[in-house]
Parts: sequence; structure tokens; C-alpha cells
Amino acid sequence: MTAPAASPPLAVPGVLATAWLVARKDLLIEFRTRSAFLAAVVFALIAVVIFRFSSDPTAVAPIDLAPGVLWVIFVFSGLLGLHRSFGVEHADRAMDGLLAAPVSREALFLGKALANLAFVAAVQIVAIPAVALFYDLPVGGGVLLGILLVAALAAVGLVAVGTLFSAMTGNTRLAELLLPMLALPFFVPVVTPAAMATARLLAGRPMAEMAGLLRMLGAFDVIFVVACTLAFPFTLED
Amino acid sequence: MAAPSELHAPAAAPAPPPALEADGLRRAFGPRRAVDGVSFALAPGECLALFGPNGAGKTTTLRMLAGLLSPTAGEARVDGRPIAKDEAVRARVGLISHHAMLYAALTAQENVAFAARLYGVADPEGAARASLERMRVLERADTPVRRLSRGLQQRVSIARAMVHDPRVVLLDEPFTGLDDAGARALTGALTTLKAAGAALVLVTHNLVEGLALATRVAVMRDGAFVLDRPRAAVEDVAFAAEYRALFGVG
Repeated sequence: MTAPAASPPLAVPGVLATAWLVARKDLLIEFRTRSAFLAAVVFALIAVVIFRFSSDPTAVAPIDLAPGVLWVIFVFSGLLGLHRSFGVEHADRAMDGLLAAPVSREALFLGKALANLAFVAAVQIVAIPAVALFYDLPVGGGVLLGILLVAALAAVGLVAVGTLFSAMTGNTRLAELLLPMLALPFFVPVVTPAAMATARLLAGRPMAEMAGLLRMLGAFDVIFVVACTLAFPFTLED
Repeated sequence: MAAPSELHAPAAAPAPPPALEADGLRRAFGPRRAVDGVSFALAPGECLALFGPNGAGKTTTLRMLAGLLSPTAGEARVDGRPIAKDEAVRARVGLISHHAMLYAALTAQENVAFAARLYGVADPEGAARASLERMRVLERADTPVRRLSRGLQQRVSIARAMVHDPRVVLLDEPFTGLDDAGARALTGALTTLKAAGAALVLVTHNLVEGLALATRVAVMRDGAFVLDRPRAAVEDVAFAAEYRALFGVG
């Protein structure tokens, strides 16, 4: 074995490099197992079908239901992935290996959040066409791009809050129950403007009417990402 | 006034700080004091074997030394730098536990290379292969960890902890699950590390394994050291008898 004193110097990765390492590792694990993604996609598709056929289209137009359905699906399918995020770290105390490494806790949080963002985006890529198909949504003429923009903005805030609470609850016996209980109230300020913006997009209203909602989403993204990144190290103590 | 020869004499170089130092470590969980004033210092090449019954505070002490747990009071230092406040100093520490700390869906090579990248090792893939080779598990490098036996997982875990050639190695029951070959590989790796100047803290219930590597022996009970002696002052049979008298085991 190499003598410690003679070892080449270590070039410890910076915040962004560490975040990328952690995110890549999480995505590789999810790609290998596909357990959370498949569960989230199956949930999303089943929910789309149930919501579609449980309402009377002559009483409420499908286009009026679609924004609510879309965001309920995003939130709950996203929770499936968020729950798994720290589950893999606690399975064999791999989290201890991460925390013992010479990298900042904030970088670890950003890495986990980045992987969760990719997960939620992948679920959205499946769910949005499914909702558009079943609810016969007018997604041409920039509407789809608008929905993708709103979904991307909202996903950042949801993932930041969800990742933090996943870290807090991941090592508890009631994680499946605690994560939604803690995270859902904090999702409201993100989901409400996102659903309102989606409804206006589908109604064909001009973009100017959505500017305030998009600014609100952006503001909550900044607040949640900064606050959750700074709070994350405090969730790690025994 | 000092004589001229004294004025021009070169100043004596300050003594280097210990490789690892625990300075009055305390940790409470609510009203319970898990660790209550643990202090010791290890020079490079020293190995402290830490014995004690379950709940004595050994693992809590080790977690504070690794920077995983903040002390309620006191400080742990590596090369004179506080590990709780200085994340860069954690690059000098390796942690081995009876938990494998591995990702089941990744291969042995991927697990060790991931750790190497986190520690900034220059050639992570090559260092991972070399570390797996040292633990005699290289032939299973491309096997997902979930398909390895408990003993092989432990060897991979040790390879992960040593991939960056740490100056301080903290071991919590590292022989758990290892077969004879694995135990020999670990003992060999630790002996080489020690000879190369690494400081080791070995928490174990196994007196034979602990005494084989130790240069210093300590026993914990109720969060404090109740015995702390150089290895040379410990006679194996007498120590085993003393340990049995203290705890009724050993």
C-alpha cells in the first residue's frame, strides 16, 4: 500500500463538481433499478385515466379539469422519487460515506436535488402528453412550450423542498407518511401559481397575463433553493 | 540579557501536532451522556485499540472523530486541524464500519471509484482497481454489490475507505463478516498503513484482533476511558482476565 506521506496530492472537487458526481451516481442507480421511475410513471398514467373517466364531461369541460389533474399528478408522482432519494443513502448507511468525504454538505444537497430534478422532469415528459391526449388539450401554438416552462419553474421549487424533507425523514420508520405531511404544505406556494398559469395557457390567454405568476414561481424557486441548501446540513445530525 | 550565542541560535522547530487528537470530547443525547470527556493523542504509526461493552460510547466517539457527529463539547483534530470545522481535513481520514456504506445497485468498481472521485484521487478508476486488488476482491470488481456475499461487501467497503491512502483510519468492528482471507487482507493492509505512518483507531469487541494491531490499548465504560495503557504494558492473558472481571465478557 502506498505510504500516506508519499501519496499524490488530492484534488478535492468543488461544489459544482461534487454536485455532478452525486447526481450522476443517483441517476445511474435509478437507471439500473428503474424502480422509482416506473412506479411514478405507472401512477401518473393510472391517475390520468381515473381522473378522466371519473368526471362527467358534459358537466365540467375536460380542459377546465386538466390543470388541476396535471399538478396533482406531478406532485404525487414526484414524491415517489423524492422518497427514494435518501432511501438509497440510508439503506446501508452509505450516507456516512458521503458525509465523511471532504466535500461540503451544501454540494451534496445540490447533487441530490439535481438528480431529483431530472427524475421529476422525466416523469413530466411522460405525464404531459398523457394528459394532453386524454383531455384533448390544445397544445399547439406555443402552449406546450408555455406548459413546459411553467413545469420546469415549478419543478425547481418542488424538488428543493422535497429533497430537504426527504433528507429529514429518510432515516425514520414513518418516512412514507412524514415526507408528504411535511412537504405538501410547502408545495402550495409553488403549485398554486403553476396550476393557475397552466389554466391560462390552456385557455389561450396572452403571455402577459402570466408574467406575474411566472415571476412568483421564480421568486419561490430562489427562496426555496437558497433556504433548503442552507438548512440541509442541520438535518444530518443524529 | 541573553548571551549573543543564544540570540543567534536557530529556534527549535515546533513539535508536529499529533496525527489524531481527541480533546475532551463529550456528546449528550438529551439527558444521556454517551461520551463524557474522552481525550487522547495518536502519533503517526500508532494504533489505539478501543474495547468496551455495547453502549460504552465507542461508536459515538468514532463518529465524532470522523466528523459525522458534532461534539457537545471538546474537539477532534487531525494534524492539528479541527475536523468538525475544516471539511478539507476529512480527506486525510478513512472510515470503516460494520455497515458496508455501499450502493447495492452499483458494482464494486463503481462504488470505490465514486469514493475516489469524492476524495479527489488523481486516477479514480486506477486507484479503485488497486484498492480492490489490495483487498483481494478485484476479480469481482464488475459485480453489483447486491450480488456479493456479506464478507465480500465488507472487503469492498474497506477498499472504498482506503482508496485515498488516508493518514488516519477509523475502524468500527471492521472484521465483522470477513472470512479468514478477508481478515488477513485487512490486517495486512492496516499493518502496511501503520508502517507508512497512518494513525489507526480500532473499535472492536475482539481482544485478539485488537491487541494484534495495537500500540495502545483503551477500555471505555459509560462514555469514559476506564483504562488507557501502552500496548507494551499490556500482557495479553492478564488483560483478558482484567477485561472479563470488568464486564464479564472477553
